[in-house]
Amino acid sequence: MSESQSHSAAAGENPEGRKPGSQNLVSQRPESQKLEGWNRPARTEPEADGQLLEVSMGPHHPSTHGVFRMDVALDGERVIRLRPVFGYLHRNHEKLGEGQSYLSSMPYTDRLDYFCSLSNNWAYALAVEKLAGQQVPERAEYLRVILAELTRFQNHASSIGFLIQEMGASGTPLMYAFREREKILDLFEELTGARMMCNYMRFGGCRVDASPAWLEKARARVAALPGFVDEFERLLATNEILMARCQGVGILRPELAVNAGVTGPMLRASGVGYDIRKVDGYGIYNRFSFRVPLGEHGDVYDRFMVRLLEMRESVKILEQALKEIPAGPVMDPRLKLRNFRPKPGEAYGRIEAPKGELGFYLISDGGPNPYRYRVRPPSLINLTILEDMCLGHSVADVVLISGSVDIVLGEVDR
Amino acid sequence: MKTVEQIKAAIEAAVAGAGVEVVPNPSPSGQHSLRIEPGRAVEVARFLRDDAELALDFLSNVTGVDWLDREIEETVTETRTVTRMVDGVEQAVEETVEETRQRIEPGFLEAVYHLYSVAKKHGPVVLRMRTVNRTDQVELPSLTPIWRSAEFQEREVFDLYGIIFTGHPDLRRLLMWPGFKDHPMRRDYVEPDDFEYEPTAHDRVLERALAHQAASEAASTAAGEKASEPAEAAEQQGTEADA
Repeated sequence: MSESQSHSAAAGENPEGRKPGSQNLVSQRPESQKLEGWNRPARTEPEADGQLLEVSMGPHHPSTHGVFRMDVALDGERVIRLRPVFGYLHRNHEKLGEGQSYLSSMPYTDRLDYFCSLSNNWAYALAVEKLAGQQVPERAEYLRVILAELTRFQNHASSIGFLIQEMGASGTPLMYAFREREKILDLFEELTGARMMCNYMRFGGCRVDASPAWLEKARARVAALPGFVDEFERLLATNEILMARCQGVGILRPELAVNAGVTGPMLRASGVGYDIRKVDGYGIYNRFSFRVPLGEHGDVYDRFMVRLLEMRESVKILEQALKEIPAGPVMDPRLKLRNFRPKPGEAYGRIEAPKGELGFYLISDGGPNPYRYRVRPPSLINLTILEDMCLGHSVADVVLISGSVDIVLGEVDR
Repeated sequence: MKTVEQIKAAIEAAVAGAGVEVVPNPSPSGQHSLRIEPGRAVEVARFLRDDAELALDFLSNVTGVDWLDREIEETVTETRTVTRMVDGVEQAVEETVEETRQRIEPGFLEAVYHLYSVAKKHGPVVLRMRTVNRTDQVELPSLTPIWRSAEFQEREVFDLYGIIFTGHPDLRRLLMWPGFKDHPMRRDYVEPDDFEYEPTAHDRVLERALAHQAASEAASTAAGEKASEPAEAAEQQGTEADA
């Protein structure tokens, strides 16, 4: 423990008199400078020997979870500038959405955040339902909740796995997470026909009904999940190295987090209680009892813990939903899907996706295609404060901080 | 949560000359929006964020919309005075004419902002701003100084729609590469002809292949004619010199 403690303590009593990393953060500056204007510190004067090292991290760096680049300027090993560079996976998803019918966009939404295709389906379906004023049958609402929470569970498990892998624990925790993820993907495959590109929900309901056998299987799998969370937590949460590497790193203050539009587990790790499942109560979320875990420090460790605790809450929701799910149709057969032309108007629908607020903004001009189809990507907007979190830290911590944001490039670049 | 009319009244009481206009939304979503004058947008945004009752501290979504020029046909009934021969005498007569006129409503680019309140847990409030036209007057004030979350999203709107956000601290392209010229999300954007043959030719691929072939043949013949002209001229000169 003494080794690992000294790692975090060393910054505080730096013999050269340099401030510890976190005190150089924008978020640590006085309140008056925080929200107004462009509040980045001057970061062009190197301290040590007058030399700057510019490093291009990515686009094929394994820690970027895809093709994402960070232009980093280093003074020694201290980051004094970080510029994210996007667009390597850009295929103009929004333009594609404007060129095809409302129904045809549904499978494309799977490709946004390809870890959580069912959440994307739901957000899009919700926006179209708002636009056209459609009602969703009871059973379909329950199925949506079940699938969205299973998605959240597997996303959080694997994102924690990736985070720990970036810390150097190559393999084991990630494989534990993937073992569980496989079981959930098997459930998806059995119900929707695909493991990742599910294309399951439709505006006004769901595509196919779940059989009683599937529900039984889901109940059995969900009953085993708390055991996995316990195992995962026992394995990781009190690990010395993990605590030494994560605590006090990448601190994000709540005021800056809200102002920068950060959502999801990142926002809640900074101590802001804002969960769209509670705030909007979309679908039938206000029927379930669950809690919203909050962090205190807003560092990488809190983000990790918030995700872990959210997995437990997801299991709670799953248990309730699988118990209460009623019989009935999953889709109103009179609804038109193919020649679907909503009346002119616009709607913004949003859900609490595993990565944050996923929203779809649609404008209809009465035609078969949306006039405007916009995706509000949580991954991209959560990266707005990446530089503020990384300033003053070392390169190894940048890897960790960007891992704790939990991005998927299919959604960042669209 | 206040209605849009109440918010409009609150803004107008706080910011003089804000020029707020309610844009109704006929869809069942009922998300009506407020159109604000770009000139006072920053003050209005600061008021919305700092007002104790509204407290719209969270800017969720920023996006652009491209509205093309629209041809509007309208029937106009007009009464005018005409001089006409009545019973052999020239008189001024009132005449009512019904005419169908075509009017072109100029297009514009629009930036749309969706605001929520984390503190009060309400929303959305939708703000819109319009540019003067689609071509040369496309500046709008940036709201990044008020809400940091607009930073990347305004860059994206600039990249894909070409709205120039004045006051944005770092307005560069976000998704397209720096040397790219056009704005691909505009409705009249034409994709460049970078056709590549695909072995699995679908109908659309074949169509594009034929169009591409025709265009490249036309280009090569035009180039060939140009290239052959000087050669012919030289030949003629040569024969003249021989003679």
